[in-house]
Amino acid sequence: MNRGPAPIERDETRLAWLLVAPALGIILLVALAPIAVTGWESLHVHDLRLPWLGTPFIGAGNFVEAAGDPRFGAALLHTVAFALISVPLELVLGLALAVMMHSVVRGRAFIRVSALLPWAIPTVVAALLWRFMFEARTGILAGWFQALGLVGPAFDWFVHPLAAWVPIIAADVWKTTPFVAILLLAGLETIDPALGEAAQVDGAKPARAFLTITLPLLTPALVVAAAFRMLDALRLFDLAYVITGGGPGTATEPLSLYAFIALMQRLRFGYGSALSVTVFLLTFVFALVWVRALGRSLTGDRS
Amino acid sequence: MSARPSAVVLGAAGALLLAASLFPIYWMLAASLMPESRLFESGPLLPAAVTFEHYRALFGERDFLVPIRNSLLVSGLTTIVAVPVAALCAYALARLRMRGKSVLLAFVLAVSMFPQISIVPPLYLILRDLRLLNTYPGLVLPYLTFSMPLAIWLLTGFFRQLPRDLEEAAMLDGATRIRTLRDVVLPLAAPGVASTAILIFLYCWNEFLFALSFTLGPERYTVPVAIMLFRGRYQVPWGEVLAAAVIATIPVALLVLACQRRIVAGLTVGATKG
Repeated sequence: MNRGPAPIERDETRLAWLLVAPALGIILLVALAPIAVTGWESLHVHDLRLPWLGTPFIGAGNFVEAAGDPRFGAALLHTVAFALISVPLELVLGLALAVMMHSVVRGRAFIRVSALLPWAIPTVVAALLWRFMFEARTGILAGWFQALGLVGPAFDWFVHPLAAWVPIIAADVWKTTPFVAILLLAGLETIDPALGEAAQVDGAKPARAFLTITLPLLTPALVVAAAFRMLDALRLFDLAYVITGGGPGTATEPLSLYAFIALMQRLRFGYGSALSVTVFLLTFVFALVWVRALGRSLTGDRS
Repeated sequence: MSARPSAVVLGAAGALLLAASLFPIYWMLAASLMPESRLFESGPLLPAAVTFEHYRALFGERDFLVPIRNSLLVSGLTTIVAVPVAALCAYALARLRMRGKSVLLAFVLAVSMFPQISIVPPLYLILRDLRLLNTYPGLVLPYLTFSMPLAIWLLTGFFRQLPRDLEEAAMLDGATRIRTLRDVVLPLAAPGVASTAILIFLYCWNEFLFALSFTLGPERYTVPVAIMLFRGRYQVPWGEVLAAAVIATIPVALLVLACQRRIVAGLTVGATKG
């Protein structure tokens, strides 16, 4: 009689939409609409210090300005380089930490707490801490580097354009390696230990068993962890803002920080929005490429 | 037998990693207890003299209780708003028949990955026009941008892990979906809900960019903003900064100590389910 879905199913679908609506409504209102507005703003001149200019539409004018702005090019380079250096470090160290956590029998709770603490600490606190440890003359790590003869006496890490990146990368690696390790540990725990044991019975060395059996099975977890970390690294802000403020000069300024300065310090909302849009596009393009290239391992365990 | 040397190497590497993890935290604590004059000699690892001077200054002249109150309020409010609303949505996404569920979930995950800076400009303009800059709602609303999708994502994962049998039994007994959710699913999912709430609270407690952009004065600064702005123009009062860093870490450390399993569950459900 009834060609549509049974009434009970219709009721269920209606209920589902009712339950979903408030949350989706909030997301549309506070996240999606603002993104659209940022896109709209980026096509206009909007200078809060020069309100008499109004907000004339200039099309791609802000993006053309960015393309010719060496500070933008440098910030883009800094952002990508930071992500490409710190994320692989975090994956390798995270893998080591995960294998260690996996093989330990006693003291797991202690290890878990020591690993989670750096992850849970506010990024600003972590940043200040690493700034403090690298401070010339007073910093304990700066002192160790001098004692080892790796840098000259009174070497100031924050005056050297490349050296200033070291505390930023170190802080990021310190803070996020545990996160990677926990994701990889969950992956390791789903692997049947019998597989590795069988390989060892067959005479494979542990290292070889790890490389040929465990690592391939761990690839999905690695792909997911790498995606989360890259997306996070590409929007680097807190660490650079607090540790170096983007300095010396703009030598450690990532894209998010340059956008923030254009927006909140220079009050150029049109241009700042265009810079923000590029951060958004950067992460968006990365996510697309990543899902395209490795989508199967990302969605492999979906029904 | 060949396992032995590799076990030793593994143990040594592990110990090194753990030491690297914990040392900066130890050093923060130790240095916060050193007199300002001693901070400048980076020699001994143990504080030779202990002083609580920095902590006294922190709660005296600095009035650090204000940012702590602000952070607790904003993080708590965001968690209280986000988790229940997200739970309804997540239940539908995990259990009910509806079209486009996987598209919705992918959308939710994508929103939770938005770079924060990309929505700072409109949020600033909107909050300014609504006269919500430098207010608590003016932070809770922006915080929902990442809390809401994250909570939905995590809770959907947790709800999916629950066995269906009990729900089905309750519904066969005539309970409605909503009653089943309230009386059967939520109690079962309580650990997952707790994990989600803890993670949301931590993310809000640690948030910096929105708080920096949307607060204007010390009466509304959250803890990360307040600590950051301690830095004088020419000299950093390191003693007080470190004492504040320790104080900002205490709630986080307590949560980690008390709820390590729940936190790990939250982190992994987000990455493996869905």
